[in-house]
Amino acid sequence: MSVTKPLPHDSAPLHVTGAARYVDDTPLPAGALHLAFGLSTIAHGEITGLDLDPVRAMPGVVAVLTAADLPFANDVSPSAHDEPLLADGTVHYVGQPVFLVVATSHLAARKAVRAAVVTYRELDALLTIDAALAADSRFEEGPRIYEKGDAAAAIAAGSHIIEDTFELGGQEHFYLEGQAALALPQEGGDMMVCSSTQHPTEIQHKVAEALGVPMHGVRVETRRMGGGFGGKESQGNALAVACAVAARLTGRACAMRYDRDDDMIITGKRHDFRITYKAGFNADGRITGVDFVHYTRCGWAQDLSLPVADRAMLHADNAYLLPAARIESHRLRTNTQSATAYRGFGGPQGMVGIERIMDHAAHVLGIDPVEIRQRNFYRPPQDSSSKKHLAKQEVTTDLQPNTTPYGMEVEDFELHDMTQTLLASSEYAARRVAVAEWNAANPILKKGLGFSPVKFGISFTLTHLNQAGALVHVYQDGSIHLNHGGTEMGQGLNQKVAQVAAARFGVQLEAVRITATDTAKVPNTSATAASSGSDLNGMAVKAACDTIRDRMAAYLAERHQVAPGSVVFQDGAVQVGAANYSFAEAAQAVYEGRVSLSATGFYKTPKIKWDRIKGQGRPFFYFAYGCALTEVVIDTLTGEYRILRADILHDAGASLNPALDIGQVEGGYVQGAGWLTSEELVWDDAGRLRTYAPSTYKIPACSDRPDVFNVALWDGQNREETIYRSKAVGEPPFMLGISAWLALSDAVSACGSAYPSLNAPATAEEVWHGVRRINDGI
Amino acid sequence: MSKIHVTTTINDDEVEFLCDPRESLLDVLRDRLSLTGAKEGCGTGDCGACTVTVDGRLVCACLMLGAEAEGKSIGTVEGIATDEELHPLQQKFIEYAALQCGICTPGILVAAKNLLERNPDPTETEVRYWLAGNLCRCTGYDKIIRAVMDTAAEMREAS
Repeated sequence: MSVTKPLPHDSAPLHVTGAARYVDDTPLPAGALHLAFGLSTIAHGEITGLDLDPVRAMPGVVAVLTAADLPFANDVSPSAHDEPLLADGTVHYVGQPVFLVVATSHLAARKAVRAAVVTYRELDALLTIDAALAADSRFEEGPRIYEKGDAAAAIAAGSHIIEDTFELGGQEHFYLEGQAALALPQEGGDMMVCSSTQHPTEIQHKVAEALGVPMHGVRVETRRMGGGFGGKESQGNALAVACAVAARLTGRACAMRYDRDDDMIITGKRHDFRITYKAGFNADGRITGVDFVHYTRCGWAQDLSLPVADRAMLHADNAYLLPAARIESHRLRTNTQSATAYRGFGGPQGMVGIERIMDHAAHVLGIDPVEIRQRNFYRPPQDSSSKKHLAKQEVTTDLQPNTTPYGMEVEDFELHDMTQTLLASSEYAARRVAVAEWNAANPILKKGLGFSPVKFGISFTLTHLNQAGALVHVYQDGSIHLNHGGTEMGQGLNQKVAQVAAARFGVQLEAVRITATDTAKVPNTSATAASSGSDLNGMAVKAACDTIRDRMAAYLAERHQVAPGSVVFQDGAVQVGAANYSFAEAAQAVYEGRVSLSATGFYKTPKIKWDRIKGQGRPFFYFAYGCALTEVVIDTLTGEYRILRADILHDAGASLNPALDIGQVEGGYVQGAGWLTSEELVWDDAGRLRTYAPSTYKIPACSDRPDVFNVALWDGQNREETIYRSKAVGEPPFMLGISAWLALSDAVSACGSAYPSLNAPATAEEVWHGVRRINDGI
Repeated sequence: MSKIHVTTTINDDEVEFLCDPRESLLDVLRDRLSLTGAKEGCGTGDCGACTVTVDGRLVCACLMLGAEAEGKSIGTVEGIATDEELHPLQQKFIEYAALQCGICTPGILVAAKNLLERNPDPTETEVRYWLAGNLCRCTGYDKIIRAVMDTAAEMREAS
């Protein structure tokens, strides 16, 4: 069967020959125009003068637009209608689009932008968490608070109390393909848009608003993205809307792509956090209670900040059963880029908080960092073989419910067995001894080990987004055309979904063709986000395929006077009683029998129910799990370091495609480790992002990959009824990178007796400072 | 501004084009010659997505002027496969799933092929540092390195 096979990406032959077409590779019609934004150069202020005549005089310029020139809605926000396409009198961050240049080439448009003369009356800019708190500048009326029990009393009851505050930086997506869109005007005022987006339906929605037409007047197509990572969930809106407005104005095709510098200056990034914590522990390492305060810089517009901050709160427990917890979340409005979705969607930030506590507590209590985590894990399911690991926990756990701080029972906890397996395969115990011996013998280079588990909730927390549609056609030659609402950004979603379709019809994968995501084929789609792509679209495609298959079976069964349930679709053939058709012959016969061979499919995730204001319910259908052990070496004189080895065990359920899933795990780990190590965003006192190119913003390179990198998938299956019992795998492995940060903390802690209290990212500079903070005379 | 007439060789074919004196080789390849395999990832020579060879030497096409191609021999990803047959590196990249979104893949293949032409038996460290100028945000690089190492081994056996 085609599911579970480690097949390569469906576009791989196109990728390796350079033939795979991205938006900017699309051949343009004659007369096509190119766009560029003029950007705000200050962080906050009123526009007092906007002289664009010099721009209009530049070579190749066809039109220059300001907010006043927009015919309908001036809004590209995915949520609160607070994000104008072009600034309407006030600018809110350095890099905000102020005007739009339409020119005959990309270069002409970019050059013309520089000729503008803009004057401002500057206003106070809120750039930091402290400034925003002092001004009470925030989204929502006040902090969101989720609580379980009486956290303050529970913390006080602990024999050891730890508390600290640390900073947790944001992250630039650095999709290798920058944001891009192309609008092609159609007859009768209709608009066709090709967009590098994770959310074609939202592009359609925002373009329709901007053009003053119903959504049926706009068609959006997304063939593939050159990376997304959440950065193309809402950040493509501005380009698509700009192209559509300019195309409507000029009647010509309009294309826009951000230069890399512009892309990094304009678009939102991962939310940075400050986390303050206080936790109580018993001497045996059991946590009694925890109190978190999350402060997050959301930037100037709301975008997706509320659900991002919610998800951080929902992962403040990670893998640990917290007897009592209080989580307070401040969503601060600042004069910086509007922070947006990024792989994990707040989950990683929440998880780093509790992992920091475990690390801190292990240090204070003198308990092995893996051991203290195991002691605090959620309990495994009753039927699990993990029960053998339960014994040591039962002593202190008593019978408190196995529930999260938001009241969801954890029914599928896999990490007891997974951790044991990883510890054995990575030879943790021996390496822990070897690292201690190395550190005792080497005064300059210190090694460290870091272990971190992941329990990541799967489902959109905005419950209504958990739905998907599909459209399947079987042609009379037996070939199958398939479309679904998900988008392809490198994760191999189309291949996985095609494997599902091939399995349902019992045909070879070559018989199935997946086409570009198209709002005219499958409407009202959710973003391909929250790791939901295969779960939702796989099920929708299964439903559509089964509808057609059942129709085929019913027709053929009647023809041969057998029961429809006895018809078998397998190995490219259809067995009907004694008769054996090829799938193509069967399709032809059914077509001639005047039976429809086209169907839509629909799926909605069951069981979920969530009240985000109360912080109670079951926001997630299930959890995906993983664990990682990372070993690093640091140079205590310079702070430089290397990742020597990473061992990972990840739970993809019954993997639909192990090759693609392992790719997600490896890439996720490296990206997550990059977030917490080398990737540092720096804004200056004027609110200008100073790290706006790969020359200054350091994502991991080939030379940074761990020297030894052992990645395996956990041999399990989803306890919930997902598509072929697989699990979502897009975001969860990202958080395995936390182990790299913990390993650095461990290495630094070898330089003294105090806890290193590292901030993130732990750049070489931060590691150097960490060593200085705690050194006992090095 | 008057355009410059350039005669060059691209993937062993003689090519003539007219370009603006300030136009990068990358823009010439993509916009004038419809060779869109080389991508613009950063435009500053830091990401390697536009990697091509010029007289056998690796170059970021975004950092070189189109006019400088006069009389040179340019190699792009479109020239790696021959007569409908994929180069062993291309086959291994598919086999190893050494790509995800695929947009860095052309630059990485051009760079890796160049490495193997210079050094048919590279160490893993040599591969890692040779490709350190080609950023990939998706894969974490492991499968890429393994695909290059395995290709090298297989090509050595075949030769």
